[in-house]
Amino acid sequence: MRQLRFATIGSVDDGKSTLIGRLLYDSKSIFEDQLEHVEAVSKRRGDEYVDLSLLTDGLRAEREQGITIDVAHRYFATPARSFVIMDCPGHVQYTRNMVTGASTADLAIILIDARHGVVEQTRRHSILTSLLGVPHLVVCVNKMDLVDYSEERFKEIREDFENFAARLNLHDVTFLPISALKGDNVVDRTPDLSWFEGPTLLHHLENVYTASDDNRIDVRFPVQYVIRPRTTEHHDYRGYAGTVAGGVLRVGDEIVVLPSGLTSTITGIDSADGPITEAVPGAAITILLADDLSVTRGDMICRPHNRPRVVQDHEAMLCWLDSNAQLQTNKLYTLKHTTRSTRAKVSEVRYVLDISELHRKEPTGPLAMNDIARVVIHTAEPLLRDDYDHNRVTGSFILVDESTGATAAAGMLLPPRE
Amino acid sequence: MRPGITGLEDEAITIIREVAACFERPVILFSGGKDSVVMLHVAVRAFAPAKLPFAIMHVDTGHNFPEVIEFRDRCLAGFGLDLTVASVQAAIDAGKVADAPSRNPLQTVALLEAIAENKFDAVLGGGRRDEERARAKERVFSHRDTFGQWDPKNQRPELWNIYNTSLRPGEHFRVFPISNWTELDVWSYIQMHNIELPSLYFAHRRPVFRRDGMLMAETEFLHAEAGEEVFEEQVRFRTVGDATCTAAVESSAVSIADVVAETSIARVTERGATRADDKISEAGMEDRKRQGYF
Ligand SMILES: Nc1nc2c(ncn2[C@@H]2O[C@H](COP(=O)(O)OP(=O)(O)OP(=O)(O)O)[C@@H](O)[C@H]2O)c(=O)[nH]1
Ligand SMILES: [Mg+2]
Repeated sequence: MRQLRFATIGSVDDGKSTLIGRLLYDSKSIFEDQLEHVEAVSKRRGDEYVDLSLLTDGLRAEREQGITIDVAHRYFATPARSFVIMDCPGHVQYTRNMVTGASTADLAIILIDARHGVVEQTRRHSILTSLLGVPHLVVCVNKMDLVDYSEERFKEIREDFENFAARLNLHDVTFLPISALKGDNVVDRTPDLSWFEGPTLLHHLENVYTASDDNRIDVRFPVQYVIRPRTTEHHDYRGYAGTVAGGVLRVGDEIVVLPSGLTSTITGIDSADGPITEAVPGAAITILLADDLSVTRGDMICRPHNRPRVVQDHEAMLCWLDSNAQLQTNKLYTLKHTTRSTRAKVSEVRYVLDISELHRKEPTGPLAMNDIARVVIHTAEPLLRDDYDHNRVTGSFILVDESTGATAAAGMLLPPRE
Repeated sequence: MRPGITGLEDEAITIIREVAACFERPVILFSGGKDSVVMLHVAVRAFAPAKLPFAIMHVDTGHNFPEVIEFRDRCLAGFGLDLTVASVQAAIDAGKVADAPSRNPLQTVALLEAIAENKFDAVLGGGRRDEERARAKERVFSHRDTFGQWDPKNQRPELWNIYNTSLRPGEHFRVFPISNWTELDVWSYIQMHNIELPSLYFAHRRPVFRRDGMLMAETEFLHAEAGEEVFEEQVRFRTVGDATCTAAVESSAVSIADVVAETSIARVTERGATRADDKISEAGMEDRKRQGYF
């Protein structure tokens, strides 16, 4: 089975970190010294039970406040599969860190406190998951122990979520009742949830089929760095280093370099292990061309009859992340897209997403932290871009505030407006 | 992403090349320990057949195992690379810091001074997220302010594989290309490429004594105190650092394959098994990192 990268998301205190702790504990993936440490800290604080969220909530401030602030990365494997976990914060103030964790996930586990049901932050995280294109979602109705393991309550929340999510771009959604604290239906089945006929969470995670979301059709190779040895032995070597963002490149392929439009042929592909004949998405390689073209970082190599769009005006969904500054339309930001950095301004905010109703509303003021909006962006140089739906690498970008260096926003490119 | 170690190496190479493209004065921290050896191998492979476009620096506490220093120099000579040494001993001699039983925290002073002196703007380290709970939270491109400080509550978001490399004067980045590797991944890579390491990583007999439940090596830098009995044991080191605070573990793993097998069934983390100084406080690593530690 392919490795699974999953993120835990959902509102603050709904039990994400406890769930990760439980999953690691019950699958016997905790190292002895780590367990001793959380036992000792729990005991010192006078907790009634061992607080498994301490396994991932490792920062001083997190422990003081009892919340997660930033994403924790954990790696574990069962005999069936290996996993990368990104335990994200639920607090609205740290949504930017949740987005960080979810942006590379194959699957998101969204937790809902069975007592509170779907709340605003559940909706915000679901919308972000859908925008980021996370392919699979597991909705865990947690803290079932606090609602007497009520099947009715589980069904009620499921219905609520389904009604709301029907308007989102979420494909594969699975619902599970659990108690992270007591360990019900996380790794083991327990009598309290005997009415539930579906799988345990771990069983589901081990078996969910994730096709790689790599685009293997459309060749996209953003040039990252030019390798020129300047030695007598490799006097004429000029290689274009980068990481394949889409398609399969082969020696002998005819290619075009964008934005110049010059064409050539691939004469060699060097990998870390030496020459290879073809390179798939994700591979970090160096390409050699038949002709001496002027190619630099920020250019893109693709096939002559399958090119990204080369434009300066862009439609995009923008998630504003900066807590210290709001969007200023017409201010210059640095936009980073694949290996290309260019100056950019947001010329128009078309609409802002209303989190609770999923309505499009008129912007009432400048975009601020956690706003999600559809915008029009103008770049000083053209981007060599695809729609985010088509290719996550060539369809995503960030905006950097030049005065502070902060990552102000994350964007996903959309098709042009008709 | 390609599966397994290949995918991890792809990611590391991408990060390393991004550093070369976006920074003026990058440096690789190299201690001769397994993580920095692996990082260096990957970095050299990332630019072949050209030369590695980075400086190399070791922050030497002055209390390193001689086998490691010997290996460090031999390994770099093999690659034809020059080394800058930032010396904790020199900082002590110059009166900049007071010597302490563990020189581990003192490394921060020597490191930050060398960064400022050499105007390094990107400092590559072999830190991994599976090592420790504060590291588990850190970005791949981790921003440092003009005092070299890490602000864990205010990290820049890091989406997809787009890295914000923007700096203001006097600031720098710490960059961790093997963030997502585990101890087992590192050893599997070493096995795959048959990479040479300091002999300390393999089982050997040496005089040791027990302190705080850990096996400390009796060396010129650290001696057993009254009541601590010195005995000979077959041990190896899972991490190599300052000899005063790095413990050995009992082991019979004499080859890379043995170590891979041992690592895959380990029940204690490498830091838990070997780092005396981390046992002290709940947030020891975080506190050191805030001040500018690796
Ligand atoms: N009774 C009960 N309590 C739970 C359960 N899961 C979590 N809790 C408690 O809920 C509180 C919050 O748990 P966390 O795991 O820290 O919540 P979180 O979702 O990680 O919170 P943030 O990361 O800050 O958003 C803790 O006191 C947990 O012990 C559960 O299944 N049942
Ligand atoms: Mg949490």
